[in-house]
Amino acid sequence: MTDVLLAFEDFQVGQIHDLGSKTVDRDELLAFARSYDPQPMHLDEEAAKASLLGGLAASGWHAGAMFMRLLYDGLLAKTRSFGAPGIDKLAWKRPVRPGDTLHAVAEVVATRVSKGRPDLGIVGFRFLVTNALGETVMTVEHSIFIQTRAHGDITV
Amino acid sequence: MKWFEDIAVGENFELGSHAFDAEEIVAFAKLYDPQPFHLSEEAGRASLFGGLSASGWHTSAIFMRLLVSKFASLAAERAARGEETPSFGPSPGFEDMKWPRPVLVGDRVTYRTEVIAKRIVESRPGWGLTSMHNEGRNQNEALVFAFKSHVFVPLRPSP
Repeated sequence: MTDVLLAFEDFQVGQIHDLGSKTVDRDELLAFARSYDPQPMHLDEEAAKASLLGGLAASGWHAGAMFMRLLYDGLLAKTRSFGAPGIDKLAWKRPVRPGDTLHAVAEVVATRVSKGRPDLGIVGFRFLVTNALGETVMTVEHSIFIQTRAHGDITV
Repeated sequence: MKWFEDIAVGENFELGSHAFDAEEIVAFAKLYDPQPFHLSEEAGRASLFGGLSASGWHTSAIFMRLLVSKFASLAAERAARGEETPSFGPSPGFEDMKWPRPVLVGDRVTYRTEVIAKRIVESRPGWGLTSMHNEGRNQNEALVFAFKSHVFVPLRPSP
């Protein structure tokens, strides 16, 4: 069985795409922090308790990277994505703890065809990442370049 | 690193540089951003980026590593002078992150940060919020990364 990749034309304002879930592994949390964000609040339980985070918590960049993986697995893997120009806004609302299960959804908030590249669309998304309690841990807003059907379907 | 009161708008720091190699670009992408153009030279050439390129999240993570390292060394210098070195953070978020050009295999990115604003935070007694413009440029001085970030910084305790 083959699947047709989603093209620009398949995205409409108001659509919600469920991006799935990911449980935060303590060893992975510590490994990311050691590699990229070795601050005590991301590495040491006692130091983290004394910080504004109130306990060991993932680097915000790790939370972002985990969100990116959900976005890929949940949507981009089946989309004619050409990447993103950046991130308009990201807010870290609550700490991400070891053992937390993150769940992400994507809402389409804007669609337009690129002026310079008419075979590419630009789809604006608002992403919401929640924990198992349903609390918002992170919000992200950015656009993704998505190819139009100008040259036909692509199947995988 | 410093108390909120000691931070001046306009202060800026060069954070150092990092050369991105293929192995590391692919390793990061496999874990967090396995889009084809971050995984192989061939797919990269067929993409808008023109070659194997680092995930924007990877470019960001390296910025953070260099920032933490720079502030740790500044804190060590302060400690050596007998000055207090309060810890920063966390950050409530960021805006306007741009990746205007790809970070390709072999690119060396030099990162800078500059304090652009500071304010007291009424809702968090004892803390201020500083805002920074951050950027990364490749070996040709071309901008590859920029964003505006915010971080909580402790106020100097009253004597």
